[in-house]
Formats: sequence, structure tokens, C-alpha cells
Amino acid sequence: MATVTRELGSQLLYHMKLMRELEHRIENLYRQGKIVGGVFFGRGQEAISAGSAILTGPEDVVCPCHRDLAAFLIRGMPPWVVLAHYLGRKDGPTRGRDGNTHMGALPLGIISYISSMAAIVPVANGVAFSFQYRKQPNVVLCYFGDGATSRGEWHEALNFGAVFKLPIVYLCNNNQYAYSTPVSRQMAVEHITDRAQGYGIPCQRVDGNDVVAVHDATRKAIARARKGEGPTLLECETFRMTGHSAHDGAEYVPKELLEKWKKKDPILRFEKYLLEHKLLSRRDIDGLYAKVQTEVEAAVTRAEQSPYPDPGELLEGVYALAEKDH
Amino acid sequence: MPMLTYIEAIRQGIWEEMERDDRVFMLGEDIGAYGGAFKLSTGMQEHFGPNRIVDTPLAENAFVGAAIGAAMMGLRPIVEMQFADFISTCYDLIVNYAAKARYRWGAGVPIVIRGPSGGGVHGGPFHSNNPEIAFVHTPGLKVVVPATAYDAKGLIKAAIRDPDPVLYFEHKLLYRRIKEDVPAEDYVVPLGQARTARTGKDISIITYGAMVYTALEAAEKLAQEGDGVDVEVVDLRSLVPLDSEAVLASVRKTNRVILLHEDTRTAGFAGELAAQMASDAFDYLDAPVLRVTAPDCPVPYSPPLEEAFLPQAADVMAAVRRLMAY
Ligand SMILES: Cc1ncc(C[n+]2csc(CCOP(=O)(O)OP(=O)(O)O)c2C)c(N)n1
Ligand SMILES: [Mg+2]
Repeated sequence: MATVTRELGSQLLYHMKLMRELEHRIENLYRQGKIVGGVFFGRGQEAISAGSAILTGPEDVVCPCHRDLAAFLIRGMPPWVVLAHYLGRKDGPTRGRDGNTHMGALPLGIISYISSMAAIVPVANGVAFSFQYRKQPNVVLCYFGDGATSRGEWHEALNFGAVFKLPIVYLCNNNQYAYSTPVSRQMAVEHITDRAQGYGIPCQRVDGNDVVAVHDATRKAIARARKGEGPTLLECETFRMTGHSAHDGAEYVPKELLEKWKKKDPILRFEKYLLEHKLLSRRDIDGLYAKVQTEVEAAVTRAEQSPYPDPGELLEGVYALAEKDH
Repeated sequence: MPMLTYIEAIRQGIWEEMERDDRVFMLGEDIGAYGGAFKLSTGMQEHFGPNRIVDTPLAENAFVGAAIGAAMMGLRPIVEMQFADFISTCYDLIVNYAAKARYRWGAGVPIVIRGPSGGGVHGGPFHSNNPEIAFVHTPGLKVVVPATAYDAKGLIKAAIRDPDPVLYFEHKLLYRRIKEDVPAEDYVVPLGQARTARTGKDISIITYGAMVYTALEAAEKLAQEGDGVDVEVVDLRSLVPLDSEAVLASVRKTNRVILLHEDTRTAGFAGELAAQMASDAFDYLDAPVLRVTAPDCPVPYSPPLEEAFLPQAADVMAAVRRLMAY
């Protein structure tokens, strides 16, 4: 186990808490009708994107999915910009063209996923391929859920990544469900790692609610990738603590399971870890949470001030030329 | 000027672009030492090395996805589809990822997906398709359909330099049947500029790809058979962007028009052109707008069936006579 320093500990806790509180605000705004469409949350899964993305350097790239908000925040996307995006405003990274976490920012090393589950995996490979092509010592972190691993694109991409020994880490959040479908109806093998083995990719099951474990496993996987030893798959075992999206009551999830996983909440667990290891005091933690609250409130205010896009921009950016014409 | 076949012209265009710009590379199945199913890349891996002429596993999603990811990182990938028919296997990545990325979050995807399309070589239902229309109908993509060796070289160069995703549909019937003078030096045929393949004053045939030759054959026969009809043939070269001005100018001059393509009829490109005639050249038309296309069925294998499927010069001549008698 890597030793967590005070600095790393407070960063990890900060980003997990920021993700959770931001998503709470997003849910409120959705219930108030201010955010339209659908919203998806990574509640209870914050350790996965936070524990891994924190390890990326400026030239590395992340390809987060819909429960990985911490990866966006860690790469430097300001909370108010995230909110402006959800609110369909002009200052979001898609200028109102897309919603929830369907967003990216090339200067921040964030490549956008698309709604088709697993489509990001072959694309993330291409980013890794570009590093290999240019002999850059960089890596890609590519995120997806358990359901996505049933798709052909996922299988094609894992095989491709293995054949080319790409500098990439495949991070699966196995939250036991894909919408209403439990993992047992998703695949006949027990673990996602069983699938990766078929492609000759080293893999590991990780306690996805333990940010230290995620951090440690990702650190090793990144080191392998940087050395040119190829991809690793990490199956981060966790649980989806919300419905599939905010409209979904998830009556199909047994209450006992939710109760069981509630006790494993990654934020509370990490608080405990930090206190036990005397890395942060209760006061430090409370101070950090207060800071998160202030930031989230300021972000909401600023995002709500961002204007809606002008319908006159409707046709902009379909092609590069149209942008130049503008 | 050296005489080059259509396929040699494409190779030369790609070769020159790879010499000029080290961001350009090509990937696909069996394109390395083997030189590709049609031998388009013969000698290229030897010259450019396996990192730039990249053999991939048999997995269209994997390599199209990789091209998209690499393109967003600033490279200029060219993807070879071994047969254009198989592009349906990676439709999602093209229409949902590549086509929408710039519009959604400003990420340009400068890829070229190229490969042999079209019938006439007894390839049967899976090696003869003309899949262009699905991509014409997807905003964000460009679609190129070269007919001559000169254009094949100039258009592939334009496609490679284009900042947006370009589908470049070669016609496999033309690969070695067309041989003409092609300048050895660098030149580009800009996308979106139609070419008058034959100047005439009585009737316009608007077409593209291998059908340009069918139209020319019909025009010559009509001239020889003493019909006294002077046929103009417009070769579109690219369907997106479309040179509507050139098409309309021809129709306004001749006042009669036939829309000819090898693709099947219903919702084919002729339908779009007909709509443009109806709205923008109505006052100039002396006769109905006629389509000559393949019928609505898969491309059959057996020679008499395939011949019945493909539009023939005789079909075009009959249509011309019908319109001239109107
Ligand atoms: C190709 C495709 N089919 C269906 C959907 C609809 N859909 C959205 S998310 C989802 C479940 C995803 O499950 P999983 O991959 O386990 O991710 P999770 O939501 O559990 O994090 C489905 C079916 C989709 N987005 N893409
Ligand atoms: Mg899941």
C-alpha cells in the first residue's frame, strides 16, 4: 500500500466531497425543473474517479463516463462550468449542445464519451495510440460500467489495446447494475476481470469504495503503461446508490443491498482512514467540507447567470468552415 | 505527365501526403506487407514502416475508434475499410462520435475513411454496396466520390487535409480500368466543386462515381446514333459539400435533367437533387425530372442479375429519349 500523505489525503477527500455535493445540487436543480432531460449520478462511487484521476499528469488524458464527475473536476473543469453545462447555458463546454456529463475539454485532457455505452473505449485507445505514435510517455484512463463490457465495441477495443500494448488503464465501475439489469443477467462469468483475461490483459479486482485501494491499483497500472508494458484492467467493485438516473426509483434493487453498501460509503470510510492515520483532524475535515459548500453555492450562482445559447448559433460548428465563417 | 490508374493515383496522393506531413498514417486490415485486399498500399509499409502503415485486428470498431481518438489528439489518420460494405459495422462511431464531436464540444475529428464501394465486379450482396447516402444524411460528415484518376489523387489529398471527418468512397470497378495522365506534383481538388465531364446544351445528366462513364457512354452513343441530342454530364465529385450552383447552372442551361446513380432508388441522392431542382430550377424545366438508379434490392451476384441491377447506358439513353420527346 502506498502511503497517503496529508496533502494527497485532503485532495482526495476534497474531490470526492465536491463531486457528491455538486451532484446533490444538480439533483435539486433537476427536481426544480431547472435542469431538463435526464441526470445520472455517481453517488457512492466517488472513490473510483477521484482515486484514479488524481494520478494523471498535465499531458495525460482521461475519458470519463457518466458516474465519474470527479475526473472532470480533478482535470480542472470548474464546478460552475459543469453546472452551466447541465443547465444548458452558453458557458458550458458544449455551449448548450449537450447535457449531463457528455462533455470534454481538449486543453484539460478530457475526452468526451458519447451516450452509446462503450463507444469511448476504442476512441480512448486512439488517444493512447497517439502517445505511442509520438513516443510521448503519457497514459489514458478510460472509464466505463459493467453493462458496457457486454458491447462488441468494448471487446474489440480491449483486444486492440492488448495487441498494440497501448498505454491505457481500463477502469470498470462494477456497480452491480446496468440500469435495471443485474450483473448476473449481464454475463455468465463472475467478474469483469474474467473477460479481460481472454484478451491477455492483466487485471485486478479492487475495492471501489476504498479510495486508497483504487489509488494504489491505478498507480501500478499507470506505471506499467508508462513503461510500455501495455494496458491493465481494474474492476472497481462498488454499488450504485441512486436509481439509474434521477427519474428511476430503482425498486428492483433489494433494500438490504443498499443498506449493506451504505455502510461502505467511500467518503465516510476515507474520513475514518484519515482520522485513524492522523493525517487530518476532525476540524480539518469540517473546514474542508465548509469550503466545498461555499464553492458549490458560488458555482450555482455563477452558472445561473450564464446566458442561454442564442438560437442564431444553431448551425455553428457542424463543420470547421462554418466556424471560420463566423 | 505519367499515366496512372485510378488506384495508383489514390496511392500516390496518400504517399505524397504521408511524405509531406508525419501526422498522416493509415490503418486497416491487411494493408501492411500484404498491401491491402486491392493492393492499394503496395510498397507503402516498406517505405513508411509499420508505425505509419498499421495492420490491425479484424475489428472495424476498434480501428475506426482508434482513428477518431488519434485525430482528436492532432494526428491525421486514414482508415481503410477493406470493403465499403463493412462500414455498417462501425456506423455508431462514425455518426455518433466523429460526426457530432465538433458540434458538441468543439473537438475536430480529421479522419478519412476510405475504401472500395460499388458493383460490377460480381462481388455479390456484401462486396458491392454504395453506402454513401447514410453518411450524406449525417450532418458533420463529408462524402467524396471520385470518378477519375486525376480527381482521385486531388480529392484524397483534400480529404486528408480537411479538418472534418471525410468518407472517401472509391469505386472498385474503376481501380484498374481507368488510366490517365496524372500530374506527378502536388495538387488538390477542393471538395465541393463539381466538374463538367461533357459539355452539352440539350439535357443534363447529374451523376458521380462509376456512373459518370455510363453517362458518357450513353451520350456518345446518342450522338453516334443520330439522335442529335447534345448531352451534358456533370460529375459531382463530392456529395457533401455539394456544388448545388454547378448543378443548377447546368439545368438552367439545358432545361432537362436526369439524375443518375448506382445506389438504390428510394431516398437515394437523386431524391435530394430532385428536391433542389423543384425548388430552385422549377421555372427552367421543360420536362419532368427523371431518376435512373439501381432498383430497391440488394446487389445480386450472378452476372445477368447484377447487370439487370446496375444502371446501364441503354437505361440512360431511354431516359434521355423520353425526356427529349416530352
Ligand atoms: C449502446 C447503448 N445502449 C443502451 C443505452 C441506454 N443506457 C444508458 S446507461 C445504460 C446502463 C449502463 O450500465 P453500466 O455500463 O453498468 O453503467 P452504469 O450506469 O451502471 O454506471 C443503458 C442501458 C446506451 N446509453 N447505449
Ligand atoms: Mg453498472
